Amino acid sequence: MRVELVKRPQRSALFSALSPFIAFALTMAAGAILFLLLGINPISAFYTYFISPISEVWQLHELTIKAAPLILIAVGLAVCYRANIWNIGAEGQLIMGAIVGSAIPVMFPAFESPIVLPLCLLLGMLGGAAYAAIPAVLKARFNTNEILTSLMLVYVAQLFLDWMVRGPWRDPQGHGFPQTVMFNDSATLPALFPVAGRANWGFVFALVAALAVWILMTRLLRGFEVRVLGSSPRAGRFAGFNFNRMVFFTFMLSGALAGLAGISEVTGAINQLQPTISPGYGFTAIIVAFLGRLNPLGIVAAGLVLALTYLGGEAAQTALGISDKVARVFQGMLLFFVLGCDTLIHYRIRFVGLGAKARGESEAVPAAKLEEVH
Amino acid sequence: MGEPLATGNLLEVRGLTKVFGTLKACDAVDLTVARGEIHALLGENGAGKSTLVKMLFGSLEPHSGQILWQGTPVRITNPGVAKKLGIGMVFQHFSLFEALTAAENIALSLDDGSPIGQIAAKARALSFSYGLPLDPDSLVGDLSVGERQRIEIIRCLLQAPQLIILDEPTSVLTPQEADKLFETLERLREEGKSILYISHRLEEVKRICDRATVLRHGKVVGHCNPREETASSLARMMVGNEVKAVVRVPVDGLEEAPALLEIRNLSRKPATPFSIPLRNISLSVRAGEVVGIAGVAGNGQGEFFEAVSGEVRQEDTGAVRIGGKDAGALSITGRRLLGAAFVPEERLGHGAAPRMRLSENLLLSRHATDRKTFIGPGGMVRSGIVQSAAQRIIDAMDVRKSAPDPEAAALSGGNLQKFIVGRELDRRPSVMVVNQPTWGVDAGAAAHIRQALIELARSGSAVLVISQDLDELFEISDAIAVMHNGELSQPIPIAEATFEKIGLLMGGAEPGHAAHGSEAEIA
Repeated sequence: MRVELVKRPQRSALFSALSPFIAFALTMAAGAILFLLLGINPISAFYTYFISPISEVWQLHELTIKAAPLILIAVGLAVCYRANIWNIGAEGQLIMGAIVGSAIPVMFPAFESPIVLPLCLLLGMLGGAAYAAIPAVLKARFNTNEILTSLMLVYVAQLFLDWMVRGPWRDPQGHGFPQTVMFNDSATLPALFPVAGRANWGFVFALVAALAVWILMTRLLRGFEVRVLGSSPRAGRFAGFNFNRMVFFTFMLSGALAGLAGISEVTGAINQLQPTISPGYGFTAIIVAFLGRLNPLGIVAAGLVLALTYLGGEAAQTALGISDKVARVFQGMLLFFVLGCDTLIHYRIRFVGLGAKARGESEAVPAAKLEEVH
Repeated sequence: MGEPLATGNLLEVRGLTKVFGTLKACDAVDLTVARGEIHALLGENGAGKSTLVKMLFGSLEPHSGQILWQGTPVRITNPGVAKKLGIGMVFQHFSLFEALTAAENIALSLDDGSPIGQIAAKARALSFSYGLPLDPDSLVGDLSVGERQRIEIIRCLLQAPQLIILDEPTSVLTPQEADKLFETLERLREEGKSILYISHRLEEVKRICDRATVLRHGKVVGHCNPREETASSLARMMVGNEVKAVVRVPVDGLEEAPALLEIRNLSRKPATPFSIPLRNISLSVRAGEVVGIAGVAGNGQGEFFEAVSGEVRQEDTGAVRIGGKDAGALSITGRRLLGAAFVPEERLGHGAAPRMRLSENLLLSRHATDRKTFIGPGGMVRSGIVQSAAQRIIDAMDVRKSAPDPEAAALSGGNLQKFIVGRELDRRPSVMVVNQPTWGVDAGAAAHIRQALIELARSGSAVLVISQDLDELFEISDAIAVMHNGELSQPIPIAEATFEKIGLLMGGAEPGHAAHGSEAEIA
């Protein structure tokens, strides 16, 4: 027997909605196998992973802290991906945003004023946007592959941060630890409900950004431009839309949001720069963007799910004694299954007996024809 | 090749029905094709011809009804089954790889592992015996549209089909090439093969078809012998009422009218190895005038359109002037703001974004010119106003559709074309440039579009029409120029133009054209 993919005449609305759930179920199934192989009861492992981390109010606060950067970055990436522009370097833009945004509290630790925090956030966005402009320039000017350039710039940013906290910005009173001074209070992102938990304004930023991007994509001419250039570039050129301008717009928008995520993380949760400030939010956000169907409102939900895998990983480490890398495995499987299940939107699966081999092969040409018509 | 079987119906279709959403694309269609006949399938766009044929070829599955092949009921679940039965199809849109040779393209579709040399030899023999000259070793990218069609036909013939389905085969051919095709079809008929011939060119249906089945709104409205009908009686069956002939009243004093579109010494280097360079093209179109550009496909019309529309800008800002202003350096948006409107040849993916709604596709070409109306403060799209404007165009052009505001790809070719042309006419542009206004569009819709273009000109606009359809150009133009190998002839006033004169220019017979016979290699 053989499995065949047959192109659907129209995209399936049903599978468009179902695909993230199927992907989630498959991830669970694969996860169960993983836990069985590790000699752990899958039921209790899933409980530790997905239920225990959100059973108390303060834990929900932690969830928003993890979800905020994921959502912020993912809504920016969704705009890029809708335009068919592949920014993979949000992690680097997050780090650069964090570094530039930290300039004031690190270099003028005694400067306290209500304008410090807004300035930090603004600088963070500028830093992220400027760093994202590098692959944009390379693409617009030299037609380089933005997947490679944006990804490689992540490592540049990581090493730059490492050097900054060990070198020029190291806290002189820090006993030689590679970290900056602690930020003063006016450079700290306040908690939303300090009595109940640590949740800070970062989550509000994330929700506002999701709403703003949703309005951009569905209501504004600029969002229309993104969708046209992404889905049919030639029609976009006919409309008079400029693809190079779009490269800059999408990169710098997503860079600014990643930078905001970075500076919110630093001013809100860490309060200083360290060699590592993100557990790979910029990469996980790619999964969030796709799991949320590149729809800002879907991304909010997806961001919360992925945030849970981070918390679950930490919980599993303490309760079950397994590596927190399991969280990465979960995230990887989830992305794999999401992309895999998306195939079902455009194709249906058909099982063919061995005898039908020749018939199946002769279909290759008309399938290509269909492709062309659509 | 054809087995000498008993006479009778090769194909019989009973009550075939296909429903898309709420639209019955095919409604209980009956059709019989006898052995050794050329059977015409006539109908307007959206009448259900393509849907019917796709069901016969296995690309679509019918909701109900029966298909009998040589008297036996069959289920054609996919194109492989159709091919095995002996049904071959030549599509309107070719699916060939430009960077491969003709033989390699054929080998890809045969997929039986026979060596390429053997396939090339077979193809050569077959092309020779059917009078379809073709060099199997030539690159598809170097071939004309007519030659590409031959590859498709030979590819189909190599599978020794009993029934050959041809979808609008002459829409891309010169009159001479079409004549050759008809000879081939007649030879195939003599060999006992059957042909299902989809067209809305009534004259050619009358000329070569033995019987015709006419579809309207998904239903069979009649079977007839086209030779006993007149073009207008056939058209009446297709459209349901008399097709209004296009009326073009000649006007005097055009010479004094201001030139609204001027092209001066426009040249362009080839952008890709398969494109044609433009050589020193000059032309002006005056207010009130329709100028036609004739030419065989692939002689630089697409490149010319891109240059005039501003999708590709010129270094010399005076190379294109719109409304008396230099526009060569302007983008397509800048040129639109000077009053120009453009309709490209490709509907899906160029003139319209396939996966977007009609209202969004209205915005595609008019977001800048109608900014005040369509775009609110902060760049907010006034979708209510855009939708009602789209509805206005849909009503004005009689666009038929299956949903209130469907995706462009859901419309039939002709209906989408009516929308795209209507979208520009609705603006009352002072300059209109149209590439292939009625390509693959049925008689009723084509007459509508042509009349609208003439009326636009008569109301004081300059209209430039690029077309491969000579009948069309003679119907609507005040003067016709011919494009050949990237050069444009002097425009010939319609009173002096004849088919022969234009046909010779299309073949490159003007002295200025003769020297460039082998330019394709340089390009």
